[in-house]
Amino acid sequence: MISVEHIYWLVGAFLLVAAIMNARERRWSMAAFWFVLSGAFLLGDLVQLATAEGVRWPAQAMGLGVIALGLLAASGTMQSKTSSEEQRRESAQRLGNRLFAPALAIPLVTLAIVLGAPYLRWGNASLIDGAHVTLASLGIACLVALAFALRTTRSTVPQSLAQGRRLLDTLGCVALLPMLLATLGSVFAATGVGDAIADLVEMLIPIDSRLACLTAFAFGMVLFTVIMGNAFAAFPVMMAGIGLPLLVLKHGAEPAVLGAIGMLTGYCGTLLTPMAANFNIVPAVLLELPDQYGVIRAQVPTALLLLAVNFALLWYLAFR
Amino acid sequence: MNYWPLLGVAVVVIGFVLKRNPVLVVVVAGVVSGLAAGMGVGDLLALIGNSFVSNRALLLFVLTLPVIGLLEHYGLRERAQAWIAGFRSMTLARLLIAYLGLRQVLSMFGLIDLAGHAQTVRPLLAPMSEAAADGDRPLDAPSRERVRALAAATDNVGRFFGEDVFLAFGAVLLIQGFYERQGIHLEPLAIALWALPTAIAAFVIHALRIVWFQRSLRESDDGTPRANSPDGTIAPLDEGAVGRGDHGRSQG
Repeated sequence: MISVEHIYWLVGAFLLVAAIMNARERRWSMAAFWFVLSGAFLLGDLVQLATAEGVRWPAQAMGLGVIALGLLAASGTMQSKTSSEEQRRESAQRLGNRLFAPALAIPLVTLAIVLGAPYLRWGNASLIDGAHVTLASLGIACLVALAFALRTTRSTVPQSLAQGRRLLDTLGCVALLPMLLATLGSVFAATGVGDAIADLVEMLIPIDSRLACLTAFAFGMVLFTVIMGNAFAAFPVMMAGIGLPLLVLKHGAEPAVLGAIGMLTGYCGTLLTPMAANFNIVPAVLLELPDQYGVIRAQVPTALLLLAVNFALLWYLAFR
Repeated sequence: MNYWPLLGVAVVVIGFVLKRNPVLVVVVAGVVSGLAAGMGVGDLLALIGNSFVSNRALLLFVLTLPVIGLLEHYGLRERAQAWIAGFRSMTLARLLIAYLGLRQVLSMFGLIDLAGHAQTVRPLLAPMSEAAADGDRPLDAPSRERVRALAAATDNVGRFFGEDVFLAFGAVLLIQGFYERQGIHLEPLAIALWALPTAIAAFVIHALRIVWFQRSLRESDDGTPRANSPDGTIAPLDEGAVGRGDHGRSQG
């Protein structure tokens, strides 16, 4: 039976390969970063087992590892290389739209396995562990897509690992941000940050009103996103403070709807803020606009209209 | 009620505003809120370690990197650029709407960094938009700026409101991971599908705005030859100045 744990080992192995490749090029901080991270995937299962049995040191060691990742990220520098422009143009012409097929295979195969999982059986046991079907399917789909890509490009596994590692290094510590923000959400919930925010919100608005809570949540998402330039960072704060305690637990909002559309409400804030410099300021410079807020100006009407739509969607879909 | 853990939130806000390394900011915020809540170092380390390990699903997307990296090595981006260049000879509105749709669909399938400001907007979309808007007479400087800004805005809208439908994208797994730790089990697919209504609304709203924009450009064109205004210091963009953008697979 394939479970999500096997997929995690695969991730760990890939991170380990990236660490070794960096170490051989003497890029030590990058190598150390991926090495520490691979530990969470290769040994994650053991950490959770140990915690369940009351042995705390593996989890504490992992905690130290996370702090080390933070320090390494702040010290690391990165650069990478790729094939030459002409080579890529030439092969783009040769392979044409066939290049898209393996990439599209990732979501399509994932979907096919998720939908087919109940029928994939070996005797009486299902082939894919039921608890995290989507995640396990995603891992399998990546392997299928890789085989497909290797066939299309007539390339080799080491080549694909080298290219994957190139992308991983370019992403650098940013790749880790969603995972760390989710961790922060858990830490905030456990240390009472969520309760403290909920308590403050209670003083400001009538929490018995569903509309007041939803308004506070939606505008909180936008406001925090505008301040921080990042909806991901706003999400754990607003969910721990308002989304979970007030909307989901008190008023019975549908968690999936609240999460998905709540996040997209934050995205409306991203369209409005110069803090999201990558998206809003950098293009103004690239396009030689005299007004550095020109792109934001062009986005304001779309962002505000979409914010209204999101609010309505939350209201009608989350409380069905 | 102990309000001191809120210091952790303050650390996040100040750290992001001051543009410190985001990974470090988040780690420090976790440590600060734990200490402020009066946790011992041992408990705090165990809490961070356990939370980190149980959120490791969020890094599953790295398994897509060998595939995408290999395809990029063989010219995936160049192929996407050739595709967009094929939109030439469309009107401004059709060009931008076609790009918006393409960008959203590619992002939904996880091909988020194929296009972008450096990859496609600067070398292709912006100069093509200007050429389409120019028509018979060249644009005046303010209109030229607005056309360019709208091209960049179109890329952002297409990206943001497409990527959340891709189930290996960080946002979807962040939502899933958050609930999972609170004892609510959701399938990532369920979360990703709820991003569809907003994706459709974003397409409709922005497409309508593009149409209105083209109409207002034509109305302001009162038939007199549009001389390049004296203060028109903004020159048309050259096509083909392809910049290799960084893979900012960050988030919206």
